[in-house]
Amino acid sequence: MSTTVSPIALPAAAAAVTPGYWSQVLRRLLRDPVSVLCLVVLAAIVCGAVFAPWLAPGDPTVGSVIKRLKPVGTPGHLLGTDELGRDMLTRLLYGGRVSLLMGTVPVALALLIGGALGMVAGFAGGRVNAVIMRATDVLFAFPSVLLAVAIAGALGAGVGNTLLALTIVLIPPILRVAESATTQVRALDFIEAARATGADDFTILRVHVFSNVIGPVFVYATSLLSVAIIMAAGLSFIGLGAKPPTPEWGLMLNTLRNALYSQPLLAALPGVLIFAVSLCFNLLADGLRSAMEVR
Amino acid sequence: MNGTAMNGTAVGDDVKRPAMLASVRELSVRFASPQGAVHAVNGVSFDLAAGEVLGLIGESGSGKSVTLRALMRLLPESRTRIDGSIIVGGRNVMSLSRGLLNEYRGGTTAMIFQDPSLALDPVYTIGQQIAEAIRQHLDVSRSEARARALEALEMVRIPSARERLDSYPHEMSGGMRQRAMIALALAMKPRLILADEPTTALDATVQIQVLLLLRELQQQMGTSAIFVTHDLGVAAEICDRIAVMYAGRIVETGTATEVLRSPRHPYTQALMASTIHGSMRGQRIEGLAGSPPDLARLPAGCAFRARCTRAQAGCADAVPELLPHAGHAVACHVAQATQPLRAVPA
Repeated sequence: MSTTVSPIALPAAAAAVTPGYWSQVLRRLLRDPVSVLCLVVLAAIVCGAVFAPWLAPGDPTVGSVIKRLKPVGTPGHLLGTDELGRDMLTRLLYGGRVSLLMGTVPVALALLIGGALGMVAGFAGGRVNAVIMRATDVLFAFPSVLLAVAIAGALGAGVGNTLLALTIVLIPPILRVAESATTQVRALDFIEAARATGADDFTILRVHVFSNVIGPVFVYATSLLSVAIIMAAGLSFIGLGAKPPTPEWGLMLNTLRNALYSQPLLAALPGVLIFAVSLCFNLLADGLRSAMEVR
Repeated sequence: MNGTAMNGTAVGDDVKRPAMLASVRELSVRFASPQGAVHAVNGVSFDLAAGEVLGLIGESGSGKSVTLRALMRLLPESRTRIDGSIIVGGRNVMSLSRGLLNEYRGGTTAMIFQDPSLALDPVYTIGQQIAEAIRQHLDVSRSEARARALEALEMVRIPSARERLDSYPHEMSGGMRQRAMIALALAMKPRLILADEPTTALDATVQIQVLLLLRELQQQMGTSAIFVTHDLGVAAEICDRIAVMYAGRIVETGTATEVLRSPRHPYTQALMASTIHGSMRGQRIEGLAGSPPDLARLPAGCAFRARCTRAQAGCADAVPELLPHAGHAVACHVAQATQPLRAVPA
């Protein structure tokens, strides 16, 4: 073995300029036709809700006694009118605002709170972990729908209280996923390596744990969107969510119940939207999951 | 303040080498386990001069990696009991405060891990990781940290370093990843490098390249290094001195040439006999019978005696002391008795 060190040459592989991880994920997601279809449907519904004041032909709260329960396709009322003679298209567009908000905001809040607590619990371990995880187990002991009903019932009806109730219900599952992901990441060599370069606990948590845990936790949270949409509509349906005359899909489903025999198509419309949004979120979460398995 | 300290050492050391950079005395590490205390390291002492490379050699479970992690204070504090003293660069590592410890880790002492594919964070580019570590120690801007990261990559001779800054670990080969790991460790110009089997996870052809690179950079920078390895060939290639460990104790230590050319301890001799050399074609390779002792239930006396071909009745009585013996130091009753102590040639 020669002792002189020659410039050690490695084959100068053309270093591919790689785009960031998330743009790679997006590219893969957009290559999946199902995900694209879901994105288009969701985008249309979200746009309809956001731009409701400009798109809607009428006022969501003003009805007409003489034009009650007109069928789908009535001139001037493309999707008919509800039991108080209010334009269905208008109410469905406006209803999307409340329904989508009640479905997505709790997931986002739960992702924030549950994700942070789960990371802390998983990273700290020991007593901190025990306290946080046992408290979570208490919430977990209740079926989620029942818990949401109980909290919303105790707080009273209203959009704000529904958001709160759903957030509380969604925190435990997200927290658990974040905790177990963190526990796995914490034991990996690069955490010890980061510590060996002088990184303190907070830096390790913020830089190395967060970026390795956020992927699976985020995917899991998107899969909860579909559940949250249905739960939010469900709470409104049983009178614990949005209050009349607020247009909201779950609530509309309830008030149109009596018209189920006379105007079945009309009565099913809010349900169709709830179903479509929930399904799209679900399929999108699946697409995202496979798109994120780049590594 | 850290920056000046680091720059000062790099320049000043060649002129007035401080006698000892690191000094470990009676280091013992015990882990709590359901089976009782595991005695991973039992009274290890050694000194390391500035610019010197020490090799810690031994089987798995001999305590070499634990010793290395103790030097970095990386062992989980709640489940570990560490006794003895570790002085590096004049500072007692065991009593460093949180803040000083984080300054010490990476700044004074850097670690190179065994498997770079696990020791690099998969979601950050190499450049981001090196820059992050630099910003941990130096108050520099992002672009300045990136420039220094590039310098570090060029120092370890990664081809097309500028592009590699933006590569993720999974886009690089094993050898290149280990070079990046070395760049990460050397970017802060540490005074002591701890390398935990840095070439074990690499291809044989890449191993020697990485070793020579490490040796070259270590000499260039005047850094001291502790190499943990079970590969005697690696040790011969790179180490000035060697300490052979068995069951958490140093059983033989001396200059690399001394220990490898004329091993005194039966364990070192057995290790040598079980190693494959190019010159040994046609010879029978002697395996080492038995397995290392259970560290939770260490036998009285010499820990190696159950596997030792030269064990005698007296070996069970007392743990042999590490005594100077024919040019280097050996902890073996038999070797000490059969070959009378000779004065170490001055």
